[in-house]
Amino acid sequence: MSETPPRVVIVGAGPAGIRAAEVLVAAGLRPTVIDEGARAGGQIYRRPPVGFTRTPKQLYGSEAAKAKALHDIFDRVSAEGRLIHRPRSSVIAVRDGVLHVLEDAALRQLPYDRLILATGASDRVAPIPGWQNPGVYSLGAAQIALKAQGVALGRRVLLAGSGPLLTLVGTQLLKAGADVAAVLDTSAWRRQMSGISGLAARPVFALRGLAMRARLGGRYRAGVVLEGIEADASGPVAVHWRDAGGRNRRTECDTVALGWHLRAETHLADLAGCSFAYDPDWSQWLPRTDPMGRAGNGVYLAGDGLRLLGSDGAERAGRLAAAACLTDLGLPTVSVAADLRRLARLDRFARGLARAFPWPAAMVRALPDETVLCRCEGVSVGELRQSVAFGGAEANRAKSLSRVGMGRCQGRYCQLAGAELIAAQAGCAPGEVGRLRGQAPVRPLPVGACLHEG
Amino acid sequence: MNAAGRLVRLAEHDRAPVRFSLDGHASDALEGDTVLTAILLSAGAVRAPEFGTEPRAGFCLMGACQDCWVWQEDGPRLRACSTPIAEGLRLLTAPPENWP
Ligand code: FES
Repeated sequence: MSETPPRVVIVGAGPAGIRAAEVLVAAGLRPTVIDEGARAGGQIYRRPPVGFTRTPKQLYGSEAAKAKALHDIFDRVSAEGRLIHRPRSSVIAVRDGVLHVLEDAALRQLPYDRLILATGASDRVAPIPGWQNPGVYSLGAAQIALKAQGVALGRRVLLAGSGPLLTLVGTQLLKAGADVAAVLDTSAWRRQMSGISGLAARPVFALRGLAMRARLGGRYRAGVVLEGIEADASGPVAVHWRDAGGRNRRTECDTVALGWHLRAETHLADLAGCSFAYDPDWSQWLPRTDPMGRAGNGVYLAGDGLRLLGSDGAERAGRLAAAACLTDLGLPTVSVAADLRRLARLDRFARGLARAFPWPAAMVRALPDETVLCRCEGVSVGELRQSVAFGGAEANRAKSLSRVGMGRCQGRYCQLAGAELIAAQAGCAPGEVGRLRGQAPVRPLPVGACLHEG
Repeated sequence: MNAAGRLVRLAEHDRAPVRFSLDGHASDALEGDTVLTAILLSAGAVRAPEFGTEPRAGFCLMGACQDCWVWQEDGPRLRACSTPIAEGLRLLTAPPENWP
């Protein structure tokens, strides 16, 4: 190694970031790990605050051993001083090899030679009429509330959407003693079965899914159409939906959690100059890398922020990205063949899932004009449709005309529905309307922070 | 007052109490609660809306949507879902009077 060791920074301390750090540390490097969480673990293996007493088994179920292994390795290496952990820190911009990091309400600069982005994913949410009401959450929020705080988001919770997280959160809430009003899956049984060939790649996972389904009993309904949320001043009162037979139904609840699988968190990859391609299986734009996760320019991607393979895939992708980084630094590295093979298998499986539990394109296209599309600023579906009629079918132009995607969440929870609606107006596929360009800061910047820049 | 709250505690009841105030009223939480949890155990929302008519109660709980920023009587705004509650915090669901 040369006199000054290379500065490698990992963003994200979930399964991908932790495994990447482990590989770098084993090679003798001392990476910096920046993470928004207070404790390393990421979302799916998120740890409750110190002083909470539920066991890993209670928190992570069948995945407890994996969660514990990740937490332990990170804590050990961190305690030994072999990495620099910067928790509660957000990277808000990347420019010319420098990260701009918001921590302790101050903005700091952190130059890097190599950057591994393991930024994870958030819920892929589709708007439904009434989703702007207080008491409507993302599915992930319902799980975080339970896991990290030991609370249910309401007295009677209705879950709706599609994907493995839907049934998982449903069974976790039931088990913890919450009142689950219904679990409404917009994917039809027939559609779910068509993904089965991919699911055969992970029979245990697939069987676990069916067992969870059984535990939900009559609460679980497949092939539903969500009509909207009925609410009063304090929040949801009921969800209106149509069952697979087309009958109108109304289920009372005081809380709704929505999610259709995941949306890769790619803002930083975008700012770091990665290129993107539209992935029709996932109905979203994903960054492009080589099989190891190399994006070029000293940037590497791993985990759900690159490919939505879940935590097992993220662990492997993290190792691979770190191995690629070591190779490019001219350092010896571990063998990658087994991880590459496993990752390819997980990719087939995940694509099967994506097709079995798809994005609800038809439901979004049929939204009434008055539905709120941007819940940050209250922009309606009709306003976006008008902007397309006026300015054409291009995502960035529609954004500047309608302000959809300009609010506090920076388009995280509206841009996929927005693209779907723009495409519907123009009679094309959502991949053809372009990709919203990421903009810094990717997190809101308190005015005071700029005064502490350094 | 807890009857009006949105959230329901299901586990982890055994923690030290923390006192804070919400819109001038004394309120209790437990150590390790986030500001969001602390508020929503006794209230229906964390802040008044800036657009539209619906009050805000957070959405993602993972620091991604920025729906949950709350005011303090003094000091900077806080992202409620990622900030732990602390003894003596004086939180507001609407901007303080002197807000520009
Ligand atoms: S609820 Fe989304 S950032 Fe706090």
